[in-house]
Amino acid sequence: MSRQRFSGWGRTNPTFASVATPTTEDEVLELLGAGPVIPRGLGRSYGDPAQVSGGIVARNEGLGGIGPISSTGVVTVGAGVSIDELLAISLPQGWFVPVTPGTRQVSLGGAIAADVHGKNHHRDGSIGDHVLEMRIVTPIGAFTISPTVVPNLFWATIGGMGLTGVITSVTLRMLRVTTDQVLVDTDRLANLDEVMAAMASGDDDYRYSVAWVDCMTKGRHMGRAILTRGDHAEVSDAENPQLRPLSGAKLTIPFDAPSGLLNPLSIRIFNELWYRVAPKHRENEAQALGTFFHPLDGVNDWNRLYGRRGFVQYQFAVSDDHADVVVRAIERLSSSGVPSFLAVLKRFGPGNHSPLSFPMAGWTLALDLPVGPSALSAVLDDLDELVLNAGGRVYLAKDARVRPDALAAMYPRLEEFLAVKRHYDPEQRLVSDLSRRLNLGGN
Amino acid sequence: MENAFGQPQRVIVLGGSSEIARAITKKLAAARAHTVVLAGRNEELLATAAAEAREYGATSTPTVQLDAEQPASAAATVADAFEAAGGTVDLVIIAVGLLGDQSADEVSPEATLRMMQVNFTWPVVALTEIRNRLVAQGSGRILVISSVGAIRVRRTAYLYGGAKAGLDRLCDGLADSLEGTGVTLQLLRPGAVRTRMTAGLPEVPFTTGPNEVAEYVMAGLAGGQRVIWSPPLLKYVYAILRHLPKPVWRKIMER
Repeated sequence: MSRQRFSGWGRTNPTFASVATPTTEDEVLELLGAGPVIPRGLGRSYGDPAQVSGGIVARNEGLGGIGPISSTGVVTVGAGVSIDELLAISLPQGWFVPVTPGTRQVSLGGAIAADVHGKNHHRDGSIGDHVLEMRIVTPIGAFTISPTVVPNLFWATIGGMGLTGVITSVTLRMLRVTTDQVLVDTDRLANLDEVMAAMASGDDDYRYSVAWVDCMTKGRHMGRAILTRGDHAEVSDAENPQLRPLSGAKLTIPFDAPSGLLNPLSIRIFNELWYRVAPKHRENEAQALGTFFHPLDGVNDWNRLYGRRGFVQYQFAVSDDHADVVVRAIERLSSSGVPSFLAVLKRFGPGNHSPLSFPMAGWTLALDLPVGPSALSAVLDDLDELVLNAGGRVYLAKDARVRPDALAAMYPRLEEFLAVKRHYDPEQRLVSDLSRRLNLGGN
Repeated sequence: MENAFGQPQRVIVLGGSSEIARAITKKLAAARAHTVVLAGRNEELLATAAAEAREYGATSTPTVQLDAEQPASAAATVADAFEAAGGTVDLVIIAVGLLGDQSADEVSPEATLRMMQVNFTWPVVALTEIRNRLVAQGSGRILVISSVGAIRVRRTAYLYGGAKAGLDRLCDGLADSLEGTGVTLQLLRPGAVRTRMTAGLPEVPFTTGPNEVAEYVMAGLAGGQRVIWSPPLLKYVYAILRHLPKPVWRKIMER
């Protein structure tokens, strides 16, 4: 097996590993015998969960296949199928994925391993809440698992960052849609207090809601934001009701930009324009599904804009009682001169049964931060402290730098997860750079 | 594993009792390093360095015996250190070095041999073993402590400077050979540093303390550049100094 370089979407700490593309459960089992192994989908996690230095990266693209969609929207797909590929088949038949992250370029296996959430978490939960059944190959054998069959392995696998086994197929329930459009209400809000008040009082009326927050402006307009909320358009709502396949990326970033391209000045200018071009208030605007859900899919390889050194994403969740942490985090960042591209603020509904799932009822804020400012590491350690003291947590699918002890304190059910992992992976064959970094098994 | 900011968790320090190494170790332990393997000759100093590292946050600080006058044992010493690290090694620092006493050493063949063994041969043999192990591992960094004295060798320290020059140039090629392996090598080129090694010598411009050197190392690990200058301004100072006509160079260095 030849060696390849692997890193996360943030491109921060690359390592080399052998690569394999198993197509059957037997092949997966054989790989697990050779260990250390970590499954990898499309590499959209930001940090190091889908790489294992010196081990074997098991790409899941060979685990394909999309089954027929039942009249109730139940479909079984290979774990290597991407949301993009699934939608290409399902959308013309009137079925949308129950949950989608900000990109369609994620495999279903990876989406479940990160228990991804979307703009509808406050209503519909995360992807794990819509999985009816999975096939998984662990080092001690293959299992069919569901919320009622081997539930401990099922829930440990959801949000388990690939450390319990290799998911080979997934059965999930899709969402019925009648058009390929979303009716969107947009509000431009002058500061963080306004946007949080609007979201706390109004989000329950919308299936989808997200706010883009400007973290670079200080003072009275700190945290000014564009709030977009909506739901799928019905046939009667749409001017031109159709179910067309989604369009692909129009632009590709062909090379690494210089590492300083995204600096405080350029980010400030971008944020200003982003804020200015948004309408003060607009209702019922019909937007294409792709425009609304996957704005970043319009540009291929956009992570190269951050240059050779890459970037980290910091995403945390706190309960409603600790909404002040959102304010204090943005204040801390804007006062330390650490530039952040548009931040994303969302409301979360209750979490699920998974011991490592990220969402918890309340608020979540995600920030893209270019690596470079020397203060960044210490600022993020401070934010961890703030989040931890508020009973909150950071998201493993985004992390590339949290302290292992801080992570353990943020996820009080970590030991429960590790017990399940020890049972199904007694010899620590499933290892990632993330699991090594955070003491989740293997070294 | 190393995090997004180049902060390692498992570190090996060869020559771990030197003052520069100790200053770096403290900062690494305060960041993310939980395991620091310290290799050196003086057990008492090693124990002090280990205690310091624990004080700053490391939880495991095994020590390994190292004799830099025995280059034939370098590979075995490196193997011992990797064994003691007990997992993926993120960073290996080569801080082995001997300033010597130029005026006495330059007339002594034995002392000359010792200067070359400690400052050049031992580190190079160790590097071969480190390279093999890290390449197999698929990741890791090597930090080699060179010297600005390697850029243009001075009459008053030509054994030390010459050995470091050899090591410095060799590392440049070695670093290129590591492209596409996941392993990187960085050179630290400090100017004069206030340490036991330089105690009693008159202080020259751009002299720093070990803690400042360690600061530049932390920034250099995050930035990933091939050469870390300490202080960074010396990069430009030496760009000029290295091209000065010989009489001018000698005149400046006599002071």
